[in-house]
Amino acid sequence: MTVTEEWVRRAQSGATDPRSPDDHGALRRAVGRNLTAYGFLCAALICFALFSWYPMIREIVLSFQQNNFVDPGEWVGFDNFRTVVADPAFRSAWLNTAAFSGLALVIGYAVPFVLAVVLNELKHAKAYLRFVVYLPVMLPPAVAVLLFKWFYDPGAGLFNQALDAVHLPALSWLDSTSTALVSLVIVSTWMNLGTGTLIYLAALQSIPGDLYESAELDGAGLLKRVWHVTIPQTKLILLVMLLLQVVATMQVFIEPYLLTGGGPENATVTVAYLMYQYAFNFGDFGGGSALGLMLMIVLLVFSTIYLRVSREEAER
Amino acid sequence: MTTTRRGLSLLLVMGLGLVAASCGSDDKEPSGAADGPVTITVGCEPPKSNPKEREAWEADVAAFQKAHPNITVEGKDAFPCINPDTFQAKLAGGTQEDVFYVYYTDVRKIIEKKQAADISQYVGSVKPVNDLRKDVMSVFKDGDQTYGLPRNNYNMGLVYNRKLFTQAGLDPANPPKTWDEVRTAAKKIAALGPGYVGFGEYSAGNTGGWHFAAELYARGGSMVSDDGKTAAFKSDEGKAVLENLKRMRWDDNSMGSKQLLQWEDLMRMMGGGKLGMMVGAPDVVQSVNNDFKGKFDDYGVAAVPESDGKSSLSGGDGYMFNPKASPEKIKAGLLWLEFHELTPGQGQFDYARSKEQGRPVGLPIPDLYGNSAPGNEINSLRKKYATVPVDNFTPYVDAQGNITNKLEPPKAQELYAVLDVAMSAVLTRKDADIDKLLSDAEGKANKILAKNT
Repeated sequence: MTVTEEWVRRAQSGATDPRSPDDHGALRRAVGRNLTAYGFLCAALICFALFSWYPMIREIVLSFQQNNFVDPGEWVGFDNFRTVVADPAFRSAWLNTAAFSGLALVIGYAVPFVLAVVLNELKHAKAYLRFVVYLPVMLPPAVAVLLFKWFYDPGAGLFNQALDAVHLPALSWLDSTSTALVSLVIVSTWMNLGTGTLIYLAALQSIPGDLYESAELDGAGLLKRVWHVTIPQTKLILLVMLLLQVVATMQVFIEPYLLTGGGPENATVTVAYLMYQYAFNFGDFGGGSALGLMLMIVLLVFSTIYLRVSREEAER
Repeated sequence: MTTTRRGLSLLLVMGLGLVAASCGSDDKEPSGAADGPVTITVGCEPPKSNPKEREAWEADVAAFQKAHPNITVEGKDAFPCINPDTFQAKLAGGTQEDVFYVYYTDVRKIIEKKQAADISQYVGSVKPVNDLRKDVMSVFKDGDQTYGLPRNNYNMGLVYNRKLFTQAGLDPANPPKTWDEVRTAAKKIAALGPGYVGFGEYSAGNTGGWHFAAELYARGGSMVSDDGKTAAFKSDEGKAVLENLKRMRWDDNSMGSKQLLQWEDLMRMMGGGKLGMMVGAPDVVQSVNNDFKGKFDDYGVAAVPESDGKSSLSGGDGYMFNPKASPEKIKAGLLWLEFHELTPGQGQFDYARSKEQGRPVGLPIPDLYGNSAPGNEINSLRKKYATVPVDNFTPYVDAQGNITNKLEPPKAQELYAVLDVAMSAVLTRKDADIDKLLSDAEGKANKILAKNT
């Protein structure tokens, strides 16, 4: 029975003051407890409002304005959208972003899962290997990207040296339109490998061991165990990670910005990179915001699916 | 219930948004009396990590304030002096300095967007303005209106590593004057061993388009038509720029295998001592010496090959005024700029102090005055207090008399982004079709320019 219900009951029973000294203490404690909670909530709300919601609202406003940040912005309807859609780089940017996300799903999504399965099967050095796999996440992204810039050097780079050691022809990596985007996916995968692997590993470890034992008794090998036990048991987390991966990879920026500058021949220009070009190099915040709004709408679709899936998982 | 909660959340967000939006606005300061106290904020104060420059700046501020007791100069330090990425944010946030620093490349965009104050009615009080080179002043003008003053000015040349020239059996006192000579020299330097690059060139992050313009101007070409409405780079000169690079990259193999280079890449390669030549101004040598472990003695600068009697892409920096600055602040800012940036023997031209502090003196920049009286005075002071080998810049200085400075085209960054594609194509693809690349670029550029006009 809640404090309020108790008051009502006492009032109905004819008591002149429904609050006893004991109730005052309970009320104070309840208010105190909730005040702390509201305090924490407010802090979080202010942070979100200032650093997430306000910039989003500002972006939406800017995408419909011509603004020099001196005079009040002039409303221009959909002009900014028309400008960016007419830009020849617009189509390349969306195609490259989609290709990057697709490749990141093939490479960046599968590798951590396979690695987690292998780590889960290992009997020894598990903690050490988990640490090693997670290490790249600790590097600041810019450092990791610049490290790969050296690895990809067509002359003295590590990758071409390795290819040469096994008598394979050298690749142009970032300098070729056919390999540049894949090279960026490799960097991105390496940088994010650790987090994905740890999440999958946690999911794998929550699978009851007797399921594997039963499968083993039925004569299932490793692949069959993965197919019939691991994947069905981790289906939801796999789906959630898939959606998060799509949302993250569609915003790819740092890799093309630091490694290729969008080249060669616009082969690595992505939507986020084009946004940056508009806003900061061309000084056209309206165009940049219009692109940002388009990307936000696309990502909203994936985010909505993600929310539904994660709610389903929570209810499971 | 859920609807109410959602409604309240939305109101909260909107309320916070409005509060935050109102924080960004900035009202004009009331104008004070003619000689009343006035405080100006000025960009590009040297950072504390450059103690010698900082000390000189502070001494200059003290001397200026003594001469003008009603003016207080508040320097705002940053390194580099400006990050164009943050320009709009500073303006929007109301933290832009009253007298703010700009690169030439951004000036036209700022004027078009009305993001700088019109100082036409005040600039007449600055005496040296009449002696400034007309082409330099034109950077900050739009018709008859003036929007700023220069601090530095140079044009593109050919920067080369004298040490590598000697190692490759070339004469560092006689740098290449034609592109054929550049090709021959580049091949010899590249032949020194693995990792040596004869000639380096940009092709990413809009820097490729920038250097395309530099090489095009030096051949006598233009980026846009005279009225600025259409692209003009699909010309014999434009084709020659790309063909020359393609030959050096693929026939001579003298440009290294790593491409998609951006500004810092060539600086690092030049400082590392394995790059023979690149297109650049004397400020490249300064950067390589100061920030990329190179040594002044090892580098020389000449004119861009075959540019004699033609043009060279100009570059530089200067100061503009916050569009919200009061007339008093503008007048005070102009007095400061006259004192610190434009007077021979003072501020940035106090070469006696620079030598005493052990700072480099003798580079042929800034060239603000050409052959006028203040220009000659600056040149003689520069020679008198030289600490760097001035002879290394003689080929560049000698060529200046016969080369016209040419400004960047309208919508420069957008056009450079378009031409990055052509530059990266010839440097990364052996079968690049130059005619097609230029046609595609022309089509895209025409769309950009049509939008502009």
